[in-house]
Amino acid sequence: MTDQSAEIEVFGALKDKEPSKPPRSQWRDVWDQFRKHKGAMFGAGFLLFITLGVIFGPYLWDLEPTKLDIRNKNWRPIYTLIWDSGAIAGWAHPFGTDQLGRDIFAQMIYGGRVSMAVGWSAMILSLLIGTTVGVASGYFKRADFLLMRLTDLVLSLPILPLVLLAVTLFRQPLTSFFGSPEKGMFVLIVSVIALTSWMQTARIVRGDILALKEREFILAARSIGSTSGKIIRRHLLPNVFSPIMVSATLGLATAIITESALSFLGVGFPSDFPTWGKLLSDAVDRMQEYPERVMLPGILISMTVLSVNYLGDGLRDALDPRIRGR
Amino acid sequence: MLNFTIRRLVLSIPTLLFISLVIFMLLQLAPGDPMAQVPLTVPPEVKQKMREALGLGAPVHIQYIKWLHQFFIVEPSVFIDHLTANSFLLGWLPDTHLSMTVDTVTGELVQRQRVISWQTRSPVMDIVIQRMPQTIWVVGLSYVVGILIAIPIGIYSAYRHYSVFDQAGTFITMVGFSIPPFFTGPLLIVIFSVSLGWLPSIYDTTLVVDSWATFKTQVMQMIMPVMVLALQTTAQISRYMRSAMLDNLNQDYVRTARAKGLKESVVIMVHVLRNSMIPVVTVIALGMPAIFGGAIITENVFKVNGIGQLLLTALFANDLPMVMTLTFIFAILIVLFNLIADILYGVLDPRIRYD
Repeated sequence: MTDQSAEIEVFGALKDKEPSKPPRSQWRDVWDQFRKHKGAMFGAGFLLFITLGVIFGPYLWDLEPTKLDIRNKNWRPIYTLIWDSGAIAGWAHPFGTDQLGRDIFAQMIYGGRVSMAVGWSAMILSLLIGTTVGVASGYFKRADFLLMRLTDLVLSLPILPLVLLAVTLFRQPLTSFFGSPEKGMFVLIVSVIALTSWMQTARIVRGDILALKEREFILAARSIGSTSGKIIRRHLLPNVFSPIMVSATLGLATAIITESALSFLGVGFPSDFPTWGKLLSDAVDRMQEYPERVMLPGILISMTVLSVNYLGDGLRDALDPRIRGR
Repeated sequence: MLNFTIRRLVLSIPTLLFISLVIFMLLQLAPGDPMAQVPLTVPPEVKQKMREALGLGAPVHIQYIKWLHQFFIVEPSVFIDHLTANSFLLGWLPDTHLSMTVDTVTGELVQRQRVISWQTRSPVMDIVIQRMPQTIWVVGLSYVVGILIAIPIGIYSAYRHYSVFDQAGTFITMVGFSIPPFFTGPLLIVIFSVSLGWLPSIYDTTLVVDSWATFKTQVMQMIMPVMVLALQTTAQISRYMRSAMLDNLNQDYVRTARAKGLKESVVIMVHVLRNSMIPVVTVIALGMPAIFGGAIITENVFKVNGIGQLLLTALFANDLPMVMTLTFIFAILIVLFNLIADILYGVLDPRIRYD
């Protein structure tokens, strides 16, 4: 008996110990790291809140955003009553009404719908373009030179002037093509933003693919006869997922800001179609009497972009295995 | 290094040509008609003549080559003529007549066709030159202010990593990063012009600074646009500065410097800062053209009649030559500053050799 126990002592250092804790999946680790980042948690929460709010808001607050009610124009927001009991305000219009009596709260919900829809679709489209170009130029040597020159060229285009240009010039043809000004404008703005913002994603993805391509598991996949398409789909794309996600958040923030900037400059959606940027720019003329009409949409845009940026920051930390666990 | 610079300069020519082609083709697709404002009583033949006078009758490729010729040969030669004839610095040189050509009919010396704005019927470059100082003053000053604020913030937040200052600094830069200029502009106007009444909300470009009082007005009206633009610059650059400092602070050479007894200020301000400035300087160079583009919105908010506002009004008035020229100037700025950033990177970091 004693012999055996001594033997165990001797080989104790060489023996595999029982794992001290159950194995954890990668996404569990990512989530744990993500949860530590307070800003990112706040950002994710706020983004979720805004997204749900603009999707389900119209069912809860069923005032028409474009309904004119000239008798009840220029209401102040409800909180004005705190310091000014004589103000025209009330729960019927908690954020007040504009100079034509349209309810600002309803306008904000509908405006948010448009802004978020533009942001999400432009971001997804730009990711698709960026990832395709990045994967193609990273994986296929022959395409690399051409695609990267193209990326460099697009990167040296003056973005905001060109976006302004495209939106002003193609407003009429697209409107008549799609039948309604809103649809035409939506397609136009989304495609213009996507076409001018895919370059960073393409560069990042290409760099990662170039490094991954030389790794042994790709060699193994190729040696068992996987086709290029399969290698890209099964082995490469899952591995470049995290940089794509981080650039997705950046893309969402840029898309929302660009759309609002276009509306602000008066080249965005038609005038009776509320978006956050449009509400802000319409309110600038009456800023002296009704500063809240500038503040409310402005704060919403800024908060949304801020939360998206924080989300991106947290994702970058959580998805980077070198930072994770520190 | 010289080799690299020359190669990049040569390579930037096809880039610029391609960009000009893209912009030109985009404008060709424009449905707008410069004759739309001409009264209906003007007969169609006359309209056709006017169209040809504006250079619209020719096929697309001829128009493009003509534009290239006007922009790259006629306009610079007009500029050189102006320099040798009127300017203070080079006026002593003999007058040149590079932009002049002999008229075949009258035999007199006339100026060659320049790029003409459809809106004002005057040369585009003259208007651009008029608008340039406002933009350069506001944008340039904001960039300098932004850098001057950003670098100390970046250094200190990296040095006191995870301190309260760092947390606050990171938060503020994040906010500055997220708030778009079309909101900060009206916000500042609401606070400082409407509520407090301290600063004027509109930038008066007709103001001539000739006394202490006008200088004060000029400073007052510049504060808000400069601050709006500087906020963006500060947010961006201080983030880069902070991360560059953080990368360098853990390096071995910093420990060596401390171990040999150098003062902390010398370690940070000389050893670490100089190495951290390499990426930051290139970021500063790369951001220059972007700030010209971003100034479009700020100029619009504060009614500064600079280049950005010129582009907007030209766009709305369907003044295609003006739009083309301005967009192309922005493109030249981007290509130029990309080149400068690349060269600076090589000059500042001896580890990087392009040969």
